[in-house]
Amino acid sequence: MSKKKYCEKFSVPEHLTVPLGACIPAPVKEQRAMITGNWRTERPVIDHEKCNLCLNCFIFCPDSSWHLDEEEEKMVWNADFCKGCLLCVAECDVDCLDAENELNFKGGVVRLDKPY
Amino acid sequence: MAKAVETQNLERVKSVRRVPQEEYYVPGHRTCQGCGPALCYKLVSKATGPDSIFLGPTGCMYVANTSYLCSPFAYPWMHTQITNAGAVASGVEAAYQVLIRKGKYKGKLPNIVVMGGDGGSIDIGLQAMSGMMYRGHDALFIMYDNESYANTGIQTSPMSPYGANTTFTPPGKAIPEGKVLFPKDAPQMVIGGHPAVKYVATASLAYPVDLINKVRKGLNVVGPTFIHIHCPCPKGWLFDADKTIEVAKLAIETGMWVNYEWEEGEYTYQHTPKEYTPVKEYMKTQERFSHLTDEHIAKMQAFIDAKLKAPGKPVPLPVTSPRESV
Repeated sequence: MSKKKYCEKFSVPEHLTVPLGACIPAPVKEQRAMITGNWRTERPVIDHEKCNLCLNCFIFCPDSSWHLDEEEEKMVWNADFCKGCLLCVAECDVDCLDAENELNFKGGVVRLDKPY
Repeated sequence: MAKAVETQNLERVKSVRRVPQEEYYVPGHRTCQGCGPALCYKLVSKATGPDSIFLGPTGCMYVANTSYLCSPFAYPWMHTQITNAGAVASGVEAAYQVLIRKGKYKGKLPNIVVMGGDGGSIDIGLQAMSGMMYRGHDALFIMYDNESYANTGIQTSPMSPYGANTTFTPPGKAIPEGKVLFPKDAPQMVIGGHPAVKYVATASLAYPVDLINKVRKGLNVVGPTFIHIHCPCPKGWLFDADKTIEVAKLAIETGMWVNYEWEEGEYTYQHTPKEYTPVKEYMKTQERFSHLTDEHIAKMQAFIDAKLKAPGKPVPLPVTSPRESV
């Protein structure tokens, strides 16, 4: 909205308006401009058969990286934003979460030649 | 001041299952691993919903969240100076009241929530907060308490406990215990000095459903309300990132933190343990207390016993407020 239109809409005299400092767009579901998934050294791995949907991981995650998929009735992990604090592993009711090294994958283990 | 506005009725959450799945404090922020204040922000956002205006005085949750022109807030959010969060909240509320009265804004008064750190609400921002409480504006003031000025490098604040090792109070030969002074009692300060306030509560991250219900209750009450939330800080208190909830729980079990609600003169207590564990167990979990000797820990235990009025036993209810005991 331009300044003139704004002044007409709210019937404010133009000389009484104050310029805004900085306005930034609000995110909708995720803030893609600040990906934090590359922070972690260990990641939580879930065992869906053991999980009893106590939702402790969902409620205690500071980065909102766990949510319940209500159709399939299982917890979904957001790899892009999990910082690897492992609060979910510590607070799980039935110990269905395990910490795994970030560079271990199903097909094998990836190791860097030299640490950076 | 808040007479003409209809009160809203946010419903109570009964269990973790009923907590809304929608996120209004979205993932993608620069806080530390296992950050307590970030978890507090997430839970408060879930409680308030999207129809709210948040004000963030300078502190961890401003500096770490709104860096490089991106922010994780899916609702209107405004930065205020660290000194004037209460004054800005008063202004926002008063402006909405006038617009509603003159018929220029159709709709309800939004939830106005101030998320102040311990510096922004009880140390530097105290006069603005007190002014807001005194004038009786319809806003909720939340103080997330990580017991230090954490974003500038863990300096001491009036909420830092006795014996904490901070950048301004390092232990040494002359002062072996680090911080010598005992902390302020923020909720009692609000209760004792502000007759317009009708609802004051303390909450802890260890009991998230209780926290959400307290925030909703605070928003339902017309007039100023105050909630003090205990937020363990892994980097400032020096413990592992996955122990945030464990430390918060231990604080309640040892009596370092007491969850209670104050409603127009009546106290109700939540989560009081049957028997308090010695405070040494709590101090062992954190590196900032590692330099303390038994003599100092005994002094801390004496302080907590005086606070709870009964060493090693459940608190006799109701605990008298400072005003009654005079």
